[in-house]
Amino acid sequence: MPKNLEVKSRQDVISWVFIFPAALLLLITKFWPIIKAFILSFQSGVGLNTSFSGLKNYARMLQDNLLHISIFNTFFYLLLQVPIMLIIAIILAALLNDHRLKFKGFFRTAIFLPCAMSLVSYAIIFRSLFARDGFVNLILTKLNILNNPVNWLADPWMARIVIVIALTWRWTGYNMIFYLAGLQGIDPAVYEAAKIDGASAFTSFRKITVPLLKPMILLTSITSISGTLQLFDETKNLTNGGPANSTISISHYIYNLSFAYSPQFGYAAAVSFLVLIMVATLSFIELKAGDRR
Amino acid sequence: MIKKRISMIVEYFVLILSSAIALFPIFWTFTSATNKSIDVLAGRVLPGAKLFENLHNLLKAANVGQAMLNSSKYSILTTLGSVLICSIAGYAFEVYYTRAKNMLFNVLLLSMMIPFAATMIPLYTLFGKLDLLNTTLGFALPSLSTALLIFLFRQCAQSFPKSIIESARIDGASEIRIFFEFFMPINRHTFAAGITVAFMNNWNNYLWPLIIMQTPTSRTMPQLIANLTSGYVTDYGMLMLAVSISILPTLVVFLILQKNFIEGITGAVR
Repeated sequence: MPKNLEVKSRQDVISWVFIFPAALLLLITKFWPIIKAFILSFQSGVGLNTSFSGLKNYARMLQDNLLHISIFNTFFYLLLQVPIMLIIAIILAALLNDHRLKFKGFFRTAIFLPCAMSLVSYAIIFRSLFARDGFVNLILTKLNILNNPVNWLADPWMARIVIVIALTWRWTGYNMIFYLAGLQGIDPAVYEAAKIDGASAFTSFRKITVPLLKPMILLTSITSISGTLQLFDETKNLTNGGPANSTISISHYIYNLSFAYSPQFGYAAAVSFLVLIMVATLSFIELKAGDRR
Repeated sequence: MIKKRISMIVEYFVLILSSAIALFPIFWTFTSATNKSIDVLAGRVLPGAKLFENLHNLLKAANVGQAMLNSSKYSILTTLGSVLICSIAGYAFEVYYTRAKNMLFNVLLLSMMIPFAATMIPLYTLFGKLDLLNTTLGFALPSLSTALLIFLFRQCAQSFPKSIIESARIDGASEIRIFFEFFMPINRHTFAAGITVAFMNNWNNYLWPLIIMQTPTSRTMPQLIANLTSGYVTDYGMLMLAVSISILPTLVVFLILQKNFIEGITGAVR
């Protein structure tokens, strides 16, 4: 018996050794900085010369027009882009799950491939495609859909739409893979039975596919929401926040506050805390909503 | 029967259209890399003969070799490190389950909610003090341990038969050997998936290197590309060549590992 106990306690020590590096790293690179950021958010000053200033940074957020624009933009991207993308992803996954379909591997790879692109690269590709003298204008004017080229990226609303199109292009395949993975767990016999009962393809999609994919829908919407709230690379490289900061995202604004303008780390930390609260709240609401279903 | 035929046609139509939309910008990037800037803007989609001219201009304009080398070094080391650290942790959380460990696991998962923007300022000042700016370790540290990877490997350990562990122990294998000689090879799909995801994220990482890689010799490919467009006149042929070069490694890694990737994700979420 003592020998057995010894083995057990040695296993216990080893198991903690296995976990230690991962836990320590997350502690240093995630939890410590977020506490530090919280403290920093009560300080103000330029660069590293900061002093305690109470709630001044939080009060400043209420007055900061540019912050309000960045929040508006981020939620615009969120509310328009995430639902469109997830709906397209589910439809594509359901189509690809059809066992009669040929060339499945090709379609799957093709639709997923945009994910292999770096955010900077695809932002630049879309900037080039949608430039005033770019490819999209050329095609649209040649097809007589447009009389004159549209200056997509110079108009605030058009620029926002281009960002939404670009985001959808890049991330739809990524989410589709999660749905495909979820669909593998569904027995094809369920669909056969539904068909025998006279259910149309749309009915079985609505009544079988979507409900069984709930956990995956939850996972993908949480990651998409948190990803969109942290949007940076695209607005930086597609529009650089322009025209006149009209497409700037919250993360982009935080970056500008910290590294592009004269550094105001305290205020930037306060704004980033706002992002944390938004991500946490939205994830919490989602989890609750997911539970109830 | 006719209805069935029509529904198949619609399916193929939707999938072919989606594939075309997905592939066109990538195709266009590669062909533009072989065209003159003027032709790119004129809407030429076919390959041209200006590849070497663009390459010549690109090499003159930016140190692509150095950036590719940096990006490769940072991403390969970070990827291997993170998959090792996270897989062994995820495995331990599941195989040596205790309530204390489970609580720790849940706390670590919370880190997924912490936006990078919120941590970058304290991290930047800390790394400055520790002299980690412009170093591989500085690039790697924030990406070495991620909740997503730990989660992926814990899920995968759940379906790993306990009997394998028991019989290996009876044969006298040490705990670490069980991990490397049994868990790893059996779950190679999940490892391939983990490597694919981590490599893409590291290769494409932009914000963090933008902050800490400040010397010309430490810059990464995404930084180099972003810099190419900062001038008044953009040479699109040259730019698209740089983009093509930078997406090649992730495309190759993905195309090699994609079967494993999809099976790995599927296996882990089942």
